[in-house]
Amino acid sequence: MSEKSEQLYEENQVYYVDSDTLPPQALARKHRLEQDPSSRTDHMAYMPGMEIIDSDVKDKVVAAMNDFDYSVYTARDVERALSHERCSIEDFKALLSPAAAPFLERMARRAELETRNHFGNTVYIFTPIYIANYCQNYCIYCGFNCYNNIRRKRLSFEEIEHEMKVIAATGMEEILMLTGESRTYSDIAYIGEAVKIARRYFRNIGIEIYPCNTDEYRYLHECGVDYVTVFQETYNSDKYETLHLLGHKRVWPYRFDAQERALRAGMRGAGFSALLGLDDFRKDAFASALHVWYLNRKYPHAELSLSCPRLRPIINNDRINPRDVGEKELCQVLCAYRIFLPYVGITVSSRESKSFRDGIAKICATKVSAGVSTGIGDHEEKYGGDESGDAGDEQFEISDSRSIGAMYADMERGGLQPVLNDYIYV
Amino acid sequence: MEDKLILGGHEFTSRFILGSGKYNLKLIQAAVEQGGAEIITLALRRANTRESENILDFIPKGVTLLPNTSGARNADEAVRIARLSREMGCGDFVKVEIMHDAKYLLPDNYETVKATEVLAKEGFIVLPYMYPDLNVARDLQNAGAAAVMPLAAPIGSNQGLATKAFIQILIDEIDLPIIVDAGIGKPSQACEAMEMGAAAIMANTAIATAGDVPAMAAAFRKAIEAGRSAYLTGMGRVLARGGSASDPLTGFLR
Repeated sequence: MSEKSEQLYEENQVYYVDSDTLPPQALARKHRLEQDPSSRTDHMAYMPGMEIIDSDVKDKVVAAMNDFDYSVYTARDVERALSHERCSIEDFKALLSPAAAPFLERMARRAELETRNHFGNTVYIFTPIYIANYCQNYCIYCGFNCYNNIRRKRLSFEEIEHEMKVIAATGMEEILMLTGESRTYSDIAYIGEAVKIARRYFRNIGIEIYPCNTDEYRYLHECGVDYVTVFQETYNSDKYETLHLLGHKRVWPYRFDAQERALRAGMRGAGFSALLGLDDFRKDAFASALHVWYLNRKYPHAELSLSCPRLRPIINNDRINPRDVGEKELCQVLCAYRIFLPYVGITVSSRESKSFRDGIAKICATKVSAGVSTGIGDHEEKYGGDESGDAGDEQFEISDSRSIGAMYADMERGGLQPVLNDYIYV
Repeated sequence: MEDKLILGGHEFTSRFILGSGKYNLKLIQAAVEQGGAEIITLALRRANTRESENILDFIPKGVTLLPNTSGARNADEAVRIARLSREMGCGDFVKVEIMHDAKYLLPDNYETVKATEVLAKEGFIVLPYMYPDLNVARDLQNAGAAAVMPLAAPIGSNQGLATKAFIQILIDEIDLPIIVDAGIGKPSQACEAMEMGAAAIMANTAIATAGDVPAMAAAFRKAIEAGRSAYLTGMGRVLARGGSASDPLTGFLR
């Protein structure tokens, strides 16, 4: 191993988990993938069947990200950025820098103003539903990864219909349908049928599945989907390579262009994010926002949104790590997003705590999830206390378990107008 | 003679059109009452909902609904949304809103003219939201619009009459009510537009984001009424718009 790959191997140690049930051959391959970079495929090369589109957005975002040195910004730059009526890219860099930390309250005030001007007092509520957790990728930090021994499940159409009924009965109108990234177990036809079922129970349907080709997105759009979310995880492709060791997801550029393919296929909107904390979060936040910014210029009609999933800092780790995203850092990133991109939706998931979500909704979030289960087929269990089922395991644990009713009431109490639907399929 | 706003043959006393988006549904009734509004806009996509929070349930009886086509990205989508609105029992009024721009939400004038023409032929009372361009306003008039709704400033921007000079041209040249829509941030700006001769004011964000929604609605009503009275009375000595000096410049002529 080279010095650099050794360092990355060390950095990633915390994620490696060997399941007891793996056959020796599989375990050997897993270890080889982890330890020997030469055993892994070229993450920048498209696999067969992956569509290549003509777009320069990737190059522009990467060049700008590489050029971003947040250590050069000072309090004066932050002051200047906040005094500008419109936030330039340079201003945005200052707002993301450590120099902006003491300005958090002022940033929040400005962000609040931008949010109210653009979105009024509205906050949208949605719920995710996982319909399958099979995955053919080895992403070392993810609970669904193919080497992890979890209960795998793919809902049948009857089960999907049942889950939809249970969720719809709570009054929810917007649903985000998710799968693990397996083209074998959750192929496009399966997802398309699931979407058609969802159309009978929900007004607004989004998907968060593996990246697809344009024709596949077009088909899913015809089935009733209008919003596509794909998280890039990290915009640093070198780091990405050390985290996504196996499977389609390994191909970084194909993932990057997913939103653009979805928009070309007629989707109304697209969602973006890095998984903050995988790599240097300031650079990833910068790249995420710039990705949105460039696509807005290219597809001005598209409704674009940012999410903010993060890895929590590891406790007892006293070394200051540029990857660590605490609540203050997350708040800074979200305020900077809002000031730079006043028109963009910001979604805050139930991975964040109740107090954080209540607070951030007053500043800049425009969408929150409620009634969340990240397991497969366990909504009845979660909503009704029926624990007889054989639900599939969860991708991650959630922090804010509020029901739709509780979320609705809390948002109203906070002076906001919760909205369950503001969308029409045409 | 009573001063009425006439839209597609319907008469209204109030010249304040209230938006219904962006704020607590439970405040709509109070805002309508305090604002004296007789017309309230409604995004059809917000009404496209099940029982739990249908915005239609919150709109007081006797108020005319002005459904809008927000969400439409082209004329075809606007036409489909308008038809759906009629099917849902939202009446014949429709505010055509076509946006192909998620950032500023600026209306697409070209698509707006196309949709207006189709919908007017189908018997809708069409109020198109537009960027204040005289040629487009004439096209809209020819297409059968019942009024023209030019924007004062980017929507939600509270910037006031950023397009003042162009709105004045529409008021002077177009034989339809000119309803100033979008960007009006405070009552004084609404008053100013009414003094210029606008037929009505449409406001949403300015009221929705106020500390006291019904009180701000009341403030807008007063400002709109004041501006209207001033316009009807004939503005006093405003030299820029043709006021006369007390000592005539042409007094030397015999």
